[in-house]
Amino acid sequence: MEIYTLLREFADSWMLLFLFVVFVTVILWAFRPGSTKVYQDVANIPFRHVDAPAPQSGVDTPAASKEART
Amino acid sequence: MSNYIKLIVLGLVVLFAMLATNYARDMAYLVHAIIIMIVSAGLFLHTLRQTDEPQVVAGAVANEYFDSVVRAGVIATAFWGVVGFLAGVFIAFQLAFPGLNFEWAEGYANFGRLRPLHTSAVIFAFGGNALIATSFYVVQRTCAARLWGGNTAWFVFWGYQLFIVLAATGYLLGGTQSKEYAEPEWYVDIWLTVVWLAYLAVFLGTLIKRKEPHIYVANWFYLAFIITVAMLHVVNNLSIPVSIWGSKSVQVFSGVQDAMVQWWYGHNAVGFFLTAGFLGMMYYFIPKQAERPVFSYKLSIIHFWALIFLYIWAGPHHLHYTALPDWATTLGMVFSIVLWMPSWGGMINGLMTLSGAWDKLRTDPVIRMMVISLGFYGMSTFEGPMMSIRAVNALSHYTDWTIGHVHSGALGWNGMITFGALYYLVPVLWKRERLYSLSLVSWHFWLATIGIVLYAASMWVTGIMEGLMWREVDANGFLVNSFADTVAAKTPMNIVRGLGGLLFLSGAVVMCYNLWMTVRRAPAKEASLTVAVPAE
Repeated sequence: MEIYTLLREFADSWMLLFLFVVFVTVILWAFRPGSTKVYQDVANIPFRHVDAPAPQSGVDTPAASKEART
Repeated sequence: MSNYIKLIVLGLVVLFAMLATNYARDMAYLVHAIIIMIVSAGLFLHTLRQTDEPQVVAGAVANEYFDSVVRAGVIATAFWGVVGFLAGVFIAFQLAFPGLNFEWAEGYANFGRLRPLHTSAVIFAFGGNALIATSFYVVQRTCAARLWGGNTAWFVFWGYQLFIVLAATGYLLGGTQSKEYAEPEWYVDIWLTVVWLAYLAVFLGTLIKRKEPHIYVANWFYLAFIITVAMLHVVNNLSIPVSIWGSKSVQVFSGVQDAMVQWWYGHNAVGFFLTAGFLGMMYYFIPKQAERPVFSYKLSIIHFWALIFLYIWAGPHHLHYTALPDWATTLGMVFSIVLWMPSWGGMINGLMTLSGAWDKLRTDPVIRMMVISLGFYGMSTFEGPMMSIRAVNALSHYTDWTIGHVHSGALGWNGMITFGALYYLVPVLWKRERLYSLSLVSWHFWLATIGIVLYAASMWVTGIMEGLMWREVDANGFLVNSFADTVAAKTPMNIVRGLGGLLFLSGAVVMCYNLWMTVRRAPAKEASLTVAVPAE
């Protein structure tokens, strides 16, 4: 079988199926149980750490590192 | 020690550029060799003056954001924007009044030479600088980490400016490989690859050392843009130089393969440069300006993956009725139409972010700018799939309709969202309380909007007219119109288009004045925000 036909065959079958499954999985993953709560939190990332980075991990106080995670 | 290595490398580059100046086989290469020689000689002297001098310890900045490079990027964006719009207005009037192709500038400043200059200036110089600056800003804020790699970010910024200068001078002097959006010749391509990999390193490095556990969606879009553009750029520019002392190169692909690779690149330049990158901007700046989180984070994830999975296949719709096999153009057409869904999903996500705060549209002209950019995004992502249908394309292809479509996307979506981001960024970056004048923002908004409407409307009229005139046959099957007939019939619309561009350009000038005065005159912000640093 010449290489073009081989690749074409593969692209039209297994690769297509693989990409489609990955895509559907990603969408299902976005709707996994508990995701709403997680996404509510991460949607607020732009409103944290506006003026300065989170303190360095070596020197941060417990309060500061808690702030970085919430 | 690193300074000695830098000196050796820069010295070798100067030497090579001197040889290149001597052996140069064409004008573009000669001018580029001189530019590179001057730049690297200047850097050599600069490095030499700092070598073996006591170093300023830069440890304290680790708990500050790296904003100086973002400020430079904002200035560069505004500057290249005005340059690119000016070039566009000029070539628009060259089309309306051919006398503007001056005799004395023939071969340098005629339409054919200036048009790629205009496209690259607005897409890569204006859009590219906006993307680099905002991505550096957004990735730091959403990762809660300073940019990775120290001065590499400065290398990215200045390296990119050098790329722009080399590309622009190359176009004027005829150093082009004649590929749409990819005109620069082989050595400029190699330089851009180096700069782009450094950009990828800075962005990825910052993501890796992030303090936020989750990677915010804007960064996904920016990262997709950076990686895909690297891939597209390298594949589409595979060429073999004729001589190391000349700008001419020969493409590795030929014929229909070359055409397919070119439009795979060309359409994904639209999809990943002008869409994914700017969507990253949208997902950060619209929530910030509206002061509320994005409407649906789940939708943004689906938007991202759907866009990434679909866009990469849409390129063949540029090659309907060519030597490209029908199955390939049909594939491109189908994917283009499916793309409509994620595009509108993203638009709705951005618009609905304002739900519950629609009153801001009345009071805040900056958010109005961002919202109209989404309106134009929705409009051009409806128009695009429609034009990709083979039967519609038979009428629209090679006419001014395509140009109108591109501009409603580029001026409306990319331009307006960038202006919105600049209006947000300048007071924050220069620590001002507010913009100098909101009424000037309103002026800009209306000048730009009316400009785009004039532009798009005249191009629809002239494009459809042109397409109908080309295909008109008489009872015996002979063509009715010659090409020159269509050119003559287009004159009024060409003038309206030029005026629309002029309005858009004046809006951008108003913006530059407003931003300049914001830095000079607007009240400074209280120190409380700026000294959050020495807390520990």
